[in-house]
Amino acid sequence: MHPDRTLRPHWHGDYVFLFQNLILKDFRVRYRNMSLGVLWSLINPLVMMGVLTFIFGRVFGGDRPPLFPLFVLCGLVPYNFFTLSLIGGTLSIVENSQLIKRVPIPREVIPVTVVVATTLHILIQLALLLLLTIAFGLTPSASWLWLPVIWIPYVAFLCGLSLGASAVNVFIRDVRYLVESFNLVLFYLVPIFYSFSIIPARYAAVYQFNPVAAMVMAMRNILLDQKAPPASLIINLVVASAFVCGLGVLLFHSLKRRFYEHL
Amino acid sequence: MPDVSSTPPNGTLRFAGVTKSFPHRRGQLLLRDRLLDLVNPSRRPRFTVIQDVSFDLMPGESLGLLGPNGAGKSTLLNLATGLLEPEAGRIEVYGRVTPLLDLGAGFHGELTGRENVRLNAAMLGITRRELEERWEAIVEFSGVREFLNEPVRKYSQGMQLRLAFSVAVHAEPNILLMDEVIGVGDRAFYERALERIRSLRASGTTILFASHNTELLSMLCDKALWLERGKVLQAGPVADVIRAYEGPGSNA
Repeated sequence: MHPDRTLRPHWHGDYVFLFQNLILKDFRVRYRNMSLGVLWSLINPLVMMGVLTFIFGRVFGGDRPPLFPLFVLCGLVPYNFFTLSLIGGTLSIVENSQLIKRVPIPREVIPVTVVVATTLHILIQLALLLLLTIAFGLTPSASWLWLPVIWIPYVAFLCGLSLGASAVNVFIRDVRYLVESFNLVLFYLVPIFYSFSIIPARYAAVYQFNPVAAMVMAMRNILLDQKAPPASLIINLVVASAFVCGLGVLLFHSLKRRFYEHL
Repeated sequence: MPDVSSTPPNGTLRFAGVTKSFPHRRGQLLLRDRLLDLVNPSRRPRFTVIQDVSFDLMPGESLGLLGPNGAGKSTLLNLATGLLEPEAGRIEVYGRVTPLLDLGAGFHGELTGRENVRLNAAMLGITRRELEERWEAIVEFSGVREFLNEPVRKYSQGMQLRLAFSVAVHAEPNILLMDEVIGVGDRAFYERALERIRSLRASGTTILFASHNTELLSMLCDKALWLERGKVLQAGPVADVIRAYEGPGSNA
């Protein structure tokens, strides 16, 4: 008999029931002590939209894309989704060390739960964006059917990223600071308050292979231009997401056995 | 010749030559330390916590773990739970394993008792349907029915214990792993908890129980393992091991 070196699958429970309860926990803990509850989710993007519209619309002036507040919000929602998932995901294993060391649930569930809970949280912001789109006079169009096509690979991308970052953060606790700085830099590297069209051609690749930037551009195609995103953008998004997701899963899988002794 | 009937029944727990060590850490988990590790891989020695431990439990058998603090009892329970992997040797576990180790490890203070029961049950692998069927029994056994809608942070330690214990025993485990926890409740609950563990055992649940309380060990276990610095010093019927452990000449 060969020595059994794998983390034995002791857990034969109900994944759906487990996810549901962990996500409910996240929502309850997040919103229970907030008098305005879910409304707080909407305040941050609205404030940021207002500030960016004022600074880049009024203070700097100049040529700005039409429907600038909506244009900005199309950038903020995918960006917020990215930063909230990545920070929450990175810290998830270390913050849940009590669970890792006491309960034999599959470890992957913990960072993935963060992304799924953030998805629900971001869907509230997305609903706000869609409502504002209508309020700005753009009627819902068939192009909206492209939304799930870009959001599904994006969720997979964020799951992969969270899995990888959460695992590495167990061994190198500085990862959280790297992630925080990276999020700040990314705010400028994603076309949130400017248009991709002003980027010099030689830097364009930096944007096209960045799934966050691809998401922002695709959101604007769908909501503002009311047309399907270009196929190249979708392909880049899907390929980059699949790659990051696969990498994250592999990294997590190879490190999870040693979580216990480093927590 | 191997065939289907040779698969051990649920509740079988086997350790064969299991060894486990941990790295000395001194709380160093920064990038600097990882870089130093690359330069000098052997700078951090490991210390052995469990060394060449073997035992074999059939469904319904119960094994007590005895030994001073730091002897490796908790590590052994964590290995059996599947939270840790051995470096050498083999661990075979068949059926549903329910740990009852650190009370309220899965409890969140801001959630109500009801919400925590659902979350805890899901984490222990209880399905939605099983929980619905057993809900009344869990609530009844815990004795905290009137506080179910209160956040758990308002519970006393004893109340949290009762709720956690109630969920764990209603998971109908094939293998139950326990440490000292059941000492926290009041007398009445303690009696009920013992009764429940005995009935689980009678119905075929295998029990691994680490305790310093030799009276409790002899009540709940048939066999015992005396661990000292990760090694088995003595194994056998519980009464013999306890006698040796408490007897003159031992360094306990």
